[in-house]
Amino acid sequence: MIKIDNLTVRFGPGQRPVVRDVSFAIEKGTAFGLVGESGCGKSTVLRALSGLNANYDGRIELHGETLNQQRSRPFFRRVQMVFQDPYGSLHPRKTIRSQLKEPLRNQGLDTNSVDMNAVLRSVGLDPALSYRFPHQLSGGQRQRVAIARALMLDPDVLLLDEPTSALDVSVQAEILNLLQDLRTNRGLTYLLVSHDLAVVSHMCSRVAIMEAGEIVEQVDVGALRKGAVEHPYSQRLLRASSLYGRA
Amino acid sequence: MTISSEHADSVNTGGLRNWLLAPEPRGWFQSSAQQIHQGWRKFSLHPLGLAGLAIIVVLIVVALAAPLLTSYDPIVQDMAGRLAPPSASHWLGTDNFGRDVFSRVIYGARTTLYIIMLVTVIVAPLGLLIGTVSGYFGGIVDEVLMRVTDIFLSFPGLVLALGFAAALGPGITNAIIAISLTAWPPIARLARAETLSLRKADYIAAVRLQGATSIAIITRHILPMCIPSVIVRVTLNMAGIIITAAGLGFLGLGAQPPWPEWGSMAASGREFMLDSPWVIAAPGIAIALVSLAFNLVGDALRDVLDPRGSE
Amino acid sequence: MMDLIDIQNLEIAFGGGQVRAVRGVSFSLGQEKLGIVGESGSGKSTVGRAIMKLLPPTAIVNAERMRFRDVDLLKATEKTMMTIRGRRIGLILQDPKYSLNPVMRIGEQIAETYRFHHPRTSRAKTWQQALDMLEAVQIRDPERVARLYPHEISGGMGQRAMIAMMLIAEPEVLIADEPTSALDVTVRLEILALLDELVLRRNLGLIFISHDLNLIRNFCDRVLIMYAGRVVEVLEARDLDKARHPYTQGLLASLPTIEDPPARLPILKRDPAWLEEFALEPAR
Repeated sequence: MIKIDNLTVRFGPGQRPVVRDVSFAIEKGTAFGLVGESGCGKSTVLRALSGLNANYDGRIELHGETLNQQRSRPFFRRVQMVFQDPYGSLHPRKTIRSQLKEPLRNQGLDTNSVDMNAVLRSVGLDPALSYRFPHQLSGGQRQRVAIARALMLDPDVLLLDEPTSALDVSVQAEILNLLQDLRTNRGLTYLLVSHDLAVVSHMCSRVAIMEAGEIVEQVDVGALRKGAVEHPYSQRLLRASSLYGRA
Repeated sequence: MTISSEHADSVNTGGLRNWLLAPEPRGWFQSSAQQIHQGWRKFSLHPLGLAGLAIIVVLIVVALAAPLLTSYDPIVQDMAGRLAPPSASHWLGTDNFGRDVFSRVIYGARTTLYIIMLVTVIVAPLGLLIGTVSGYFGGIVDEVLMRVTDIFLSFPGLVLALGFAAALGPGITNAIIAISLTAWPPIARLARAETLSLRKADYIAAVRLQGATSIAIITRHILPMCIPSVIVRVTLNMAGIIITAAGLGFLGLGAQPPWPEWGSMAASGREFMLDSPWVIAAPGIAIALVSLAFNLVGDALRDVLDPRGSE
Repeated sequence: MMDLIDIQNLEIAFGGGQVRAVRGVSFSLGQEKLGIVGESGSGKSTVGRAIMKLLPPTAIVNAERMRFRDVDLLKATEKTMMTIRGRRIGLILQDPKYSLNPVMRIGEQIAETYRFHHPRTSRAKTWQQALDMLEAVQIRDPERVARLYPHEISGGMGQRAMIAMMLIAEPEVLIADEPTSALDVTVRLEILALLDELVLRRNLGLIFISHDLNLIRNFCDRVLIMYAGRVVEVLEARDLDKARHPYTQGLLASLPTIEDPPARLPILKRDPAWLEEFALEPAR
């Protein structure tokens, strides 16, 4: 479904690359995890893929078709993103309903063509919340709205940038379950970026570990769970994260 | 959920209150009304702001109801009764042409209101437009627009207004244009600063990822976020606008005589300041009071609309 | 008095009494590592700040007892608190970006803290104290780091500098509010190991406030679970698996793990009864 070849991103000419020669492939209908600590470049990869950052070298393919660096409008009907901070990804002064209609508006579609109540219910929200503003919702509710918004254009791919890092543990569980259900029910493909190995291990079938802009290792999640990683950084990361596992 | 223990005076007010406080608004109108209601509740926690608002409301009422409040014509002269001190028949005395000062102050309120409204209507949209476009696009657009802004900013307001008024000729319309030309740069700067930080927000990125055009993003997403701080800034600048207008009037470049305008009234009252102080005091106090009122309202508005440290 | 801190029935309300952020919280702190765990809105940070009397003046604080050693914190004047804050009780916050002065060099900030508690010490001596402290928090090149500004060092080093600044006054109690939440996983472990060693060596009492249950269970000796302003359970960290309160059990169950993730994470169902019950103490 998605294929990335030799992706390199630099912020400004002559600067050290923030992402260097990254290559991986994601099969349709699966969830792929990109793990690493802060500054490793995982979010930058996501932004390059999403079209937010058009300055990259390398090739990005979607369903066999190589993408131009400047994405076209139809692209956004196939790939959408869910951001990390539920407090920052919704417009503070627009109602929930208005923000859900926005994708339709921007694509020139009829805003009355979609049943808003059904959309809200599909992410576990009460339709009575339609006319509330973001500051009147909890963090978990906002993230659900963000997911609903991403799904408005019926995309094939969801890019998830640390979707639960800013949420409480119990809320995280609900959102992760929701994301699982949506993926299975709609046949979506996920690229999940996270610093939390436990979340990635729970959600993804394949994982790439990044350090300082490069992918140091790619493994199937089964190997990750057994601790069968080879690169020393992967081992360090796994060891540090495992110390948080059940005693 | 327990209902708050407010007394419902009648079925109507109880219903309205519940409608305004309902946790789940059922339509866009109810939702917006609730937000305005919340804003009003916050505003009414500021006694000084309320006082300022009261003064402004009085200004508007007085300006609109001028003929009802006084039977004297503000323009008709009466040389026999010139420079009469305040009395039962002339509440604020008469000026050097025998005109009732109270009437002139009240009719002068119309002039002040006219100036304020027109300047706001010109300056706010112009500043917002230039600021948001400059901040969003950056690059050469930003450079050019900001250098133009800098040029206008580099002149002291009154001097620039004077220059324009002198070039365009005296008269109230030209005075308004002159004041507007000096008042827009700070608004543009403010809108640009807001836009610069807003454009990095995730919710703007989300809209870009929906394929929105730049114009759509600026008008539908960035502008609504800039408007509150612009409202606050314009309100706070209002005092300066009123005083600049008064200054132009004082120098004979504003509303032309005999039409009453507080600044020119103060100018003509100068000569008689020691013997007949009411001629200059009345318009002077009016100017000071209205400027103060706008400052107080602006401060309170800032706490309501633009709270930086409250969330 | 064995306990360093003794709190009985602490009640904190905001907004003129409308919002009860902390309801009837009681606990004591000895020379141990006590963890306070809760989600956002549980009141855990408010408790930490209440001990240092760092709450806004509009906060209404009541308690049967709130003592630090022999000081009655409830009745303490601002003057008394100033001798306690930073000197006898230290506070480490989450993000060194916001708690370090951005326009002062690291070494200067630490030296300034030392000078504040030991006035009339020579410049040379305070600078040396700062360097010694940087070394004690395992910064490898203290002379170089002391001359850097906060924006020039990493998050992990910033937290170490923060800890150095707090420890140089030789406090008896340390309150750490999410000190490692802003740090990467590998750095987190190093900072925790550092805190562990310092607490042991200097006989400190440590209150560790966090939302991260896994972190606390592995690091602290005892754990307080807070929910909606109340303490719902108190137990030894090693006994967390035997937690009896449904909220604690629910929290533990909803954590994803690397090794053995269930297909669906169990959802925590919040029982309104939890808002009123008393805390579950460990069975004696």
